[in-house]
Amino acid sequence: MSAFGPERAVALGGPAWLRQRRSDAADELAVMPMPSEKEELWRYTPIEELHLDDYAPRPSPGSDPASDEADRALGAAYVQGLAADLPARAALVATIDGRPVSVERSALLGPVRVGGLDVLGTEEGVLGGVLAGGDALVRLNDAFHPDVVVVDVPEHAVLDAPIVIVHWCTAGLSTQGSGDGAQTDARAPACFPRTVVRLGAGSSAQVVEVVAGAPGAGRGLVVPITELSAGDGAQLSYAALQVLGTEVWHVSRLAAVAGRDATLRTFTVGLGGAYDRSRTDALADGPGSRTELRSAYLGTGSQVHDVRTLQDHAAPRTTSDLLCKGAVAQRSRSVYSGLIRVRRGAVRTNAFQTNHNLVLDEGAHADSVPNLDIEENDVRCSHASTVGPVDEDQRYYLESRGIPPSRAEQLIVLGFFDDIVQRSPVPALVGRLRREVVRRLAAVSSEDG
Amino acid sequence: MSLLEVEDLHASAGGREIVRGVDLRVAGGEVHVVMGPNGSGKSTLAHALMGRPGTTVTSGSIRVDGTELVGLPAWRRARAGLFLALQQPIEVPGVLVEAALEEAVGEDAAGEVPRRLREEAGAIGFDERFLQRALNVDLSGGERKRNEVVQLGVLRPKFAVLDEIDSGLDVDAVRAVARRIERATSEWGLGVLAVTHFHRLLRELRADRVHVLVGGRLVASGGPELAEELERTGYGAYGAEEGAA
Ligand SMILES: Nc1ncnc2c1ncn2[C@@H]1O[C@H](COP(=O)(O)OP(=O)(O)OP(=O)(O)O)[C@@H](O)[C@H]1O
Ligand SMILES: [Mg+2]
Repeated sequence: MSAFGPERAVALGGPAWLRQRRSDAADELAVMPMPSEKEELWRYTPIEELHLDDYAPRPSPGSDPASDEADRALGAAYVQGLAADLPARAALVATIDGRPVSVERSALLGPVRVGGLDVLGTEEGVLGGVLAGGDALVRLNDAFHPDVVVVDVPEHAVLDAPIVIVHWCTAGLSTQGSGDGAQTDARAPACFPRTVVRLGAGSSAQVVEVVAGAPGAGRGLVVPITELSAGDGAQLSYAALQVLGTEVWHVSRLAAVAGRDATLRTFTVGLGGAYDRSRTDALADGPGSRTELRSAYLGTGSQVHDVRTLQDHAAPRTTSDLLCKGAVAQRSRSVYSGLIRVRRGAVRTNAFQTNHNLVLDEGAHADSVPNLDIEENDVRCSHASTVGPVDEDQRYYLESRGIPPSRAEQLIVLGFFDDIVQRSPVPALVGRLRREVVRRLAAVSSEDG
Repeated sequence: MSLLEVEDLHASAGGREIVRGVDLRVAGGEVHVVMGPNGSGKSTLAHALMGRPGTTVTSGSIRVDGTELVGLPAWRRARAGLFLALQQPIEVPGVLVEAALEEAVGEDAAGEVPRRLREEAGAIGFDERFLQRALNVDLSGGERKRNEVVQLGVLRPKFAVLDEIDSGLDVDAVRAVARRIERATSEWGLGVLAVTHFHRLLRELRADRVHVLVGGRLVASGGPELAEELERTGYGAYGAEEGAA
């Protein structure tokens, strides 16, 4: 029997509107098909290997307090390490399995509200404004996200230091109860982080969201949804880093909308996970708005990284610029599929899409699928993509300086990532991102003959 | 004193023999110049010396102080003391010159690299902020050439093959680069094999020998006056057709 029934969803509590929303979503989920590889949006993915029966939502009402304690300690240690890397921050929110466990606010925040659902008071309908509709996995999050991390930036507020959100997600089989009656739940944990970032007109802010879990902790399912909106003239810079264990499935949605003359920058970095999917939909909704999408992934072992992007233009004089770079090593593979959509009326749109893939080993594979859907004439769109091994000439050039081939290759691959990491919309995250990439590259490097 | 010896070197690229029997002996501190028409095989010779994959040495020998380089990968040749400044330096996105050189000199000497880079950049009037860019990315043609000279100065090889190091340089830069290399010949006894089309490089860089490469062979050798003569008369006298290799 599925652990994702309506009763369990409603039992997560919250205000009346949210309980109603959960129960509606769970009802819909019960009759919706799971995504299929036959759909274009899921082509090249292992999505059909996902069986919800293998998972149960976390936190669950009867979860073992001792294991929660252990999760809490691991999560807290991770958060501390990350916090040390981002000393100048406006706020730090930590969740465990989607539920905020600590909120640190600095004086830099000013009038900005940051926290769980409780910061909203009696406000309703904070969810689904940017991400409307959605498939079974969106419903799953709608029904089972235990809370919501809210970042609410009032009009004209300007924040220079980033707001940091860390979602610690537990994985592996858990023990229910204690003593003689203890039994291991055969279902791996599923967790559903949910975040809403709203920028009022003329405001500006940077937000970092990290989805992390213990390496090697076992199986798990993490389905985060983040909704971003930048009001007229607002400047929103957002970076997401996924560093889950390599047995965890991560299927995320990032939905963003930019108002008139707003600038919205996103950067998603996928490093962990067994199957790591990040879908970013960015709507240039107001005239003169600009979206910049950046994505990076590094595959090792048998990982699958899957990046989907939509650059959606619904207003005149809008610009979108996408750069996606990934490398696959060992037996890993990647999919990049991106669509530029220019709706009728979105005249004088500029849209650019670039995807570069490095294939580092013979057993690795990368697919790159750019798409255009253009309903307007007066537009400028371009896309470019490359898939291939490390450039021979680049390697030779470095070798000619006395650098052995495996180190030359590491430098080139690191440079390939540095090239995009250095352009992180949240500069404070660059050092951390770099170290995460260096560590993973070092682990897959080969010896020189 | 160091010695670079090239004996009856034959090399092919793209399935074609391009270098067809070259002999050279360059001692440490000496400057040898190779001139020749476009397509005569100068760059192929340079790559054959450095060991570029795809440029195959089919016979002959390349030795630095007695160590045979033929059959060794490029990085081992570099460690044996050979350096190549490329005619067209390669862009390596995201890799700073500092990171590359720290890797090249090894852990023990890496700490010195930033200071040495600044010194070498200063010596040829190369703006330090270019050192903060990825290798050759967003650099002009002349800046790339100067970047090669900076790297040469930091790495201090025994022998440097300079493939048209002067092409793309403005007059002041040619003078500064020529002086730097000239100084290196006495500073640490650098031996130089400089490919060039222009005599002006040799105003400040004192050439010991000038060789003429036509059709993959050295067809003449002489003193520095040969360079001047070639610039006046062209390669017609050496069997090269006007405007072709
Ligand atoms: N990989 C290759 N495959 C086929 N032909 C090649 C290859 N590399 C070089 N060649 C040819 O070999 C000849 C010599 O080329 P090379 O680059 O060595 O000339 P060069 O003397 O350096 O000329 P320039 O003065 O224009 O720099 C040319 O005709 C060139 O087209
Ligand atoms: Mg040449």
